[in-house]
Amino acid sequence: MSPLIQELIEKALVVGIVTHGLLIVFSFCTLIERRVLAFMQFRLGPNRTGPQGILQPFADGIKLFFKEEFIPAGANKPLFVLAPAVAVATAFMSTAIVTYGGALTVPAFGFLPEWLQGRVIELQIADLEVGILYLFALSSLGVYGIVMAGWASNNKYALLGGLRSSAQMFSYELALGLSWVPVILVTSSFRLPDIVAGQAGWFWNWNCFVVFPAFLVYVVAGTAEANRTPFDLPEAETELVAGFHTEYSSMKFALLQMAEYVNMITISALGVNMFLGGWNTGLPFLPPTAAYGLVGFFTFAAKVAGFLFFFFWLRGTLPRFRYDQLMHFGWKVLVPVAAVFILVTAGVLAALA
Amino acid sequence: MLPVYVPILILAVFAVGFAAFTIVVSHLLGRPRPTEAKAAVYECGMPAIGTARERFPIKFYLVCMIFILLDVDAAFLYPWALIYPQLGWFGFVEMLVFMTLLGGGFTYAWKVGALDW
Repeated sequence: MSPLIQELIEKALVVGIVTHGLLIVFSFCTLIERRVLAFMQFRLGPNRTGPQGILQPFADGIKLFFKEEFIPAGANKPLFVLAPAVAVATAFMSTAIVTYGGALTVPAFGFLPEWLQGRVIELQIADLEVGILYLFALSSLGVYGIVMAGWASNNKYALLGGLRSSAQMFSYELALGLSWVPVILVTSSFRLPDIVAGQAGWFWNWNCFVVFPAFLVYVVAGTAEANRTPFDLPEAETELVAGFHTEYSSMKFALLQMAEYVNMITISALGVNMFLGGWNTGLPFLPPTAAYGLVGFFTFAAKVAGFLFFFFWLRGTLPRFRYDQLMHFGWKVLVPVAAVFILVTAGVLAALA
Repeated sequence: MLPVYVPILILAVFAVGFAAFTIVVSHLLGRPRPTEAKAAVYECGMPAIGTARERFPIKFYLVCMIFILLDVDAAFLYPWALIYPQLGWFGFVEMLVFMTLLGGGFTYAWKVGALDW
């Protein structure tokens, strides 16, 4: 078999594993979120379907597949169907540059074809030179799905939800993009593996300590970008029923939810890679994780789980912003802070050089 | 050596295929049985007044315009940050000038109330 075909199969395998992994993580996120919220509110949460309710996501999935697939009479049919597809496709596409750990060596199992045994696989879908720019482009595309869903429904609540969502995501995307610049300044690379490698050694080398204000801006803007509480204005149920997905049912509703959760997972994974040391354990006396693929992967996974738990925790703790407060905070606090901090970082770097 | 964008193409095929598969299968399994009440716009049980294709505040448009302007400028910051170690103080002063001009525009938008909600 020619090396090109081998590489193609390898990449297809990585894509398949990552996307299926994301689907599994998404399903269990919904369950764990409900259990965590229930725990915080002195309830039990779903615990009847299987031990500790672990079959609940599958039950939900099967139920949603058999639900009536409904399109309201006044809706714009093509856009109404297209919107969830666009939302979920862009959400999956933006996971392409995330690194899930260092390189992994495939063990020499007998049932694997010969060329795959002992092969070193990078735990990343595409190692782009322009990695962060790609992400910057795709995060803008994610707005389309929500705006289309809101407009196509021909429902006032949905329209308001979609409009609010677009304005919110625009406002916070700017702060999100600006919060990446100090990291690029420090590492001089767009590639995520370089950024992670630049944070090796002790944990105080991690970018969250090196460029702490940028990390704060990233967490706040990332929460808003994923439409999570306290920034879940698009679906503020007390004002807008359910926002942009009011009229959606069945799997189309599930796809919109999936897009939201996949975005949340991407933002967590990206935050771990850029600010929390990626697959580095932060303790240099431990074996170098880049050499032991699985150790690196589990370090990374534990950090992502922590980040996701933080999102659930926020939802259980904070009330929702008012819309004018949200816009005020995004434009008049986050953007200036991020911009000034870029200049501060640049000045300090020039003075140190 | 495989071109580096091929995996992204595979991912795109996978993502679009997944979305299409899900929508088609759920359409086949959960057949719509529309009735007049079900097909009506959801307004918490009240009869809907007018359509949703209405005029909406121009503030959303203003925010979008400011976003596009500043987002393009943010995209300029990336290549600058990438080669910053080679630029040194020269790069710092250049960016200070750029950011001052940008900040002037931002302050103008702020003062005329484009950012007030």
